[in-house]
Amino acid sequence: MEKETLLWEVFVRSKNGLSHKHVGSIHASDKMMALNSARDTYTRRNEGISIWVVPSHLITASTSNDISDALANSENKIYRHPSFYDIPDDVGHM
Amino acid sequence: MYTQGLLDHSEETEETPEFLAAFQKRIDQEEKIEPHDPMPRAYRKTLIRQISQHAHSEIVGMLPEGNWITRAPTLKRKAVLLAKVQDEGGHGLYLYAAAETLGISRLEMTEQLLKGEAKYSSIFNYPTLTWADIGAIGWLVDGAAIMNQIPLCRCSYGPYARAMIKICKEESFHQRQGYEVMMTLAEGSKEQRDMAQDALNRWWWPSLMMFGPPDTESSNTDQSMKWKIKRFTNDQLRQKFLDAAIPQAKRINLTIPDKNLKWNKKLNNGRGGYSHGPIDWEEFWRVVKGGGPMARDRLRARKKAWDGGKWVRDAATAYARKVKR
Amino acid sequence: MSDHLFSSILELADDHLILGHRLSEWCGHAPTLEEDLSLPNLGLDLLGVATSLYSFASKLDSKCRSDDQLAFGRLEREYKSCLLMEKPNEHFGYTMLKQLYFSTFMEMFWENSLHSKYEDIAAVASKSVKEIAYHIRHSGEWVIRLGDGTKESRNKMLEAIYELHPYTDELFHMSKCSKQCLRDGYLPDRSKLRSSWITRIESIFEEATLPFPTISYFHAGGRDGIHTESMGHLISEMQYLQRAYPGQKW
Repeated sequence: MEKETLLWEVFVRSKNGLSHKHVGSIHASDKMMALNSARDTYTRRNEGISIWVVPSHLITASTSNDISDALANSENKIYRHPSFYDIPDDVGHM
Repeated sequence: MYTQGLLDHSEETEETPEFLAAFQKRIDQEEKIEPHDPMPRAYRKTLIRQISQHAHSEIVGMLPEGNWITRAPTLKRKAVLLAKVQDEGGHGLYLYAAAETLGISRLEMTEQLLKGEAKYSSIFNYPTLTWADIGAIGWLVDGAAIMNQIPLCRCSYGPYARAMIKICKEESFHQRQGYEVMMTLAEGSKEQRDMAQDALNRWWWPSLMMFGPPDTESSNTDQSMKWKIKRFTNDQLRQKFLDAAIPQAKRINLTIPDKNLKWNKKLNNGRGGYSHGPIDWEEFWRVVKGGGPMARDRLRARKKAWDGGKWVRDAATAYARKVKR
Repeated sequence: MSDHLFSSILELADDHLILGHRLSEWCGHAPTLEEDLSLPNLGLDLLGVATSLYSFASKLDSKCRSDDQLAFGRLEREYKSCLLMEKPNEHFGYTMLKQLYFSTFMEMFWENSLHSKYEDIAAVASKSVKEIAYHIRHSGEWVIRLGDGTKESRNKMLEAIYELHPYTDELFHMSKCSKQCLRDGYLPDRSKLRSSWITRIESIFEEATLPFPTISYFHAGGRDGIHTESMGHLISEMQYLQRAYPGQKW
C-alpha cells in the first residue's frame, strides 16, 4: 500500500514589510520539494517574495474551547479598548 | 485537553438536539465553521463528498482541454491554454486540501477516484473534437462553473469558502479566454464559423445539465441550503447562466441550438428571463452513471498517470528517509 | 547584419519552443499533482522566451514572417533546434534530466549574453537568467532524488543518461551563423561553456550517486535541420491547425 506523502502548510510574504500569511497546503516528501511545490502552486501570479513551509503535523493548535474561554475572559476587560475613556473633544486627536 | 495537532479531528460529537440547534444557530448567524469546530457528522460527510467531487472534477477536467495543448494554433493560445489547464490542477489541489481538513487524506480521495467510486462533473466525459471545443469549454463550461462557484465563496465551511475565493479570482480569465477563442472563430472564415457553431451545438445542452437535475428532483438541495453549503438551487443557477449566455451568443452571431428558447416576461420575479426547451434528462443520467463517451478513457488516463508515477513518488519517499537517517 | 543574427536567434528560439512543447505534453499526466503544476510552469517560461525570440527574429526576417509563422510555418528541415530538445518523454526521469542538461547550459549562456551588443538579446538574457536558476533547482533536485532513491528509480536514471547524454555535446557546437554573431559581440561562445557545464553536471550526479558517462559518439545535426524521426511527429501535431486552415486568424 502506498503511503501518503507529508502534508505541509504554506505561508507566503507578499511583500517586504508584511508578515507571512497562511495560503494553503501541499504534499511533498521533504522540505526542498515542499518549497519548490509551494512556489509553483502558490506564487504563480507573483503573490509572494518569501515562502515558509511547515509540516502540518508539527503545528500545535489550540482547541476551539480554550480560545472561546479566553475570548469570554477578555470581553470583561473593556478598559483595554481606547473607547473606554472619556476625553473632552477639544483635546483633539489622541 | 488544551491543544491538539493541526491534523487531529474529533469526530465524537454527540448529536443532541441542543447541539444541533446551536450549530444551526451559528450557521444562521453567518458564522463560519472551522476544521476543529464540533459539527454534525452529516455536515462533515456532505462536505467531504461535495469538496472531493469538486476536486476530482478539476483534475479530470484537465484532460479534455489538455488534449489540445500540443495542437494549439499560435504561441499565445498555447501559453494561455497551458496556463489554464495548470490552474485547474491548482484548483484541484486547493480543494483536496480543503477536504483534508475534514479528516480524509488526498490519497484516499485519489483511490476513490481511480476505483471509479467517486463522482466528478459528467461534462468532462464528452470529447474535445476540434479547436473550437476549447473556446466552448472556456465560455460555457467555465461560465456554468462560475455560476456555481461564486456563491460557494460564502459557503459556511471556512476552508472551502477560502479555497473558492482563490479559485474564483484565478478563474476570472478562463471564461474570457474561451469567449475570445469563440469570437475569433465566429469572426473568421466560413470553416472557422462552422467549427464554432458545431462546438456550441455539442456543448450547449451538457452545459445546461451541469447544474444538475431540476429542483423538483434534487435530493441533496434542502439540507445543503439549510447548512449554507449551497445558496442557490439548481434551477436558479441554470436560469442565471441562460440569461447571461444567450446575449453573449447573439453578440458573436452564433445560434443557441434550442428551437424552444423564448423570452419570458414572468421569470426572475417579473424582470424577465429566457425559458429553454426540454433537457434530455435521460442523457444526463446515462452520463452521470458512467455512460459518457469518454468516461473510461478519462479514468484510464488518470490511472496511467498515477500508476506510471509510482516509482517517482517511491523514490522521493525513499530519498527523504535516507537523508533523515 | 541581419542574416546570421536572424539564423542564430532562430536556433535559440527553436530550442525553447521544442523543449517547451515536450514539457507541455505532461500537463495532466504528471506523477504527482504538485508536479502537474510545476511542469507547466517550466514550460510556460520556455514558451515565453521562445515567443520573445521569434518576435526578434521576425523583425530581422527577409521574408517578413510573423512570430507565429516562424514557429508554426516551417518545414521539418528548417527547424534548427538541437536534437536533445525533441527527444520524447519516455518517463519522468528523462524529462528531468533533459531539463537539467539544458537549463545548466542556458544559465551560463544567458550570463554571458547579459552584455550582448544586441539590446534585445541582453534584455531576454537578464529575464531568463532569473527564471533558469529555478529550472536548474527543480530538475536538479529531482535528478538527485531519482538517482539516489530506490533501485528502480536509479536504473531508470541510468537508462536516461545512457539515452540522452550522447545528445548533449551539440549544445556547445558553433554553427556558421553563431560564429559570426560571436565576432559581432551579439552572442557568446558556446564551446567555451563545455568544461564548466561538465563540472556542474558532475557535481549533481555525484550527489545523485550517478556516474558521469564516457561517450564514444555524440549525436548532432539539429542545427542543420537533420533531426531524429520523432521530430516529424512532434511538428505535424504542433502545426496541425495552421496546416489544415492556412492563413487564418486564431
